[in-house]
Amino acid sequence: MLIQVLFHLFAAILILAALGVITARNPVYSALALVMCFVTSAAIWLLIEAEFLAVVLVLVYVGAVMVLFLFVVMMLDINLAELRKGFTRFAWLGWLTALAVIAEIVGVVWARGGLGLDASRGPAPEPAGYSNTLALGSVLYTRYAYPLELAAVLLLVAIVAAISLTMRHRAGLKHQDVSRQVAVRREDRVRLVKMDAEKRP
Amino acid sequence: MITLAQLLTLSGVLFSLAVAGIFLNRKNVILLLMCVELLLLAANFNFIAFSRYLDDINGQVFVFFILTVAAAESAIGLAILVVLFRERRSINVEDLNTLKG
Repeated sequence: MLIQVLFHLFAAILILAALGVITARNPVYSALALVMCFVTSAAIWLLIEAEFLAVVLVLVYVGAVMVLFLFVVMMLDINLAELRKGFTRFAWLGWLTALAVIAEIVGVVWARGGLGLDASRGPAPEPAGYSNTLALGSVLYTRYAYPLELAAVLLLVAIVAAISLTMRHRAGLKHQDVSRQVAVRREDRVRLVKMDAEKRP
Repeated sequence: MITLAQLLTLSGVLFSLAVAGIFLNRKNVILLLMCVELLLLAANFNFIAFSRYLDDINGQVFVFFILTVAAAESAIGLAILVVLFRERRSINVEDLNTLKG
């Protein structure tokens, strides 16, 4: 019963925050509403006993991705009035599409036997002492070891791509060139000059 | 107990709100990226709901990979956005009308 109350509370917050994301006038408010979405989603995932993914969602999304979003939103100097122009022009189409999709999904899910399985039943609660992280890790490092390594390589490629895209070389900027510093030889820097000693006046 | 139908309805509502957001904010690239994040979140909801309902951990492994790919996607997307803003001084989708860099 308590779980039902909490679920409905979090679901209401989630939907309101999602509405905030798509209708906020300022992109900063949109990003903050999206943070709210992720946090309440993590709470709902905790309720259905997917603890590891809930923690990962908060750590990775709220901690890293949304901070990146906020950083970019605040760094760019955007003309909001230009972007808001024509906001309501296709709004009716958007809401109509959303309503149609909601109606179809609700119709299929709540129809008797619509999914081919009994959707009015919840997942069986896990036994005491069950560790979601252990269960996930035990398949992630055995059966999915190769995809896990591919995902790691993908993240590496993303890092390299993001850095190489945003790095710029402005002309006339003084900076160190480490490889040239390391490769320097004695002959390039030191010049021995043979000359007579100065006479004492 | 939270039933499967409740979870699927919630994720459906979330998904369609994100689709509506793409219609509403079709000029602002940042908000388009945020709406894509919402779409992926709704998809993850479905994966986790079915994973728990069918008692199959593989669905949650898939969510893990989706989170990885989505993080990479948003990092590269935002990098492209920064470069785009540097070139054009605008992030309006309507200004992106040439393939030449």
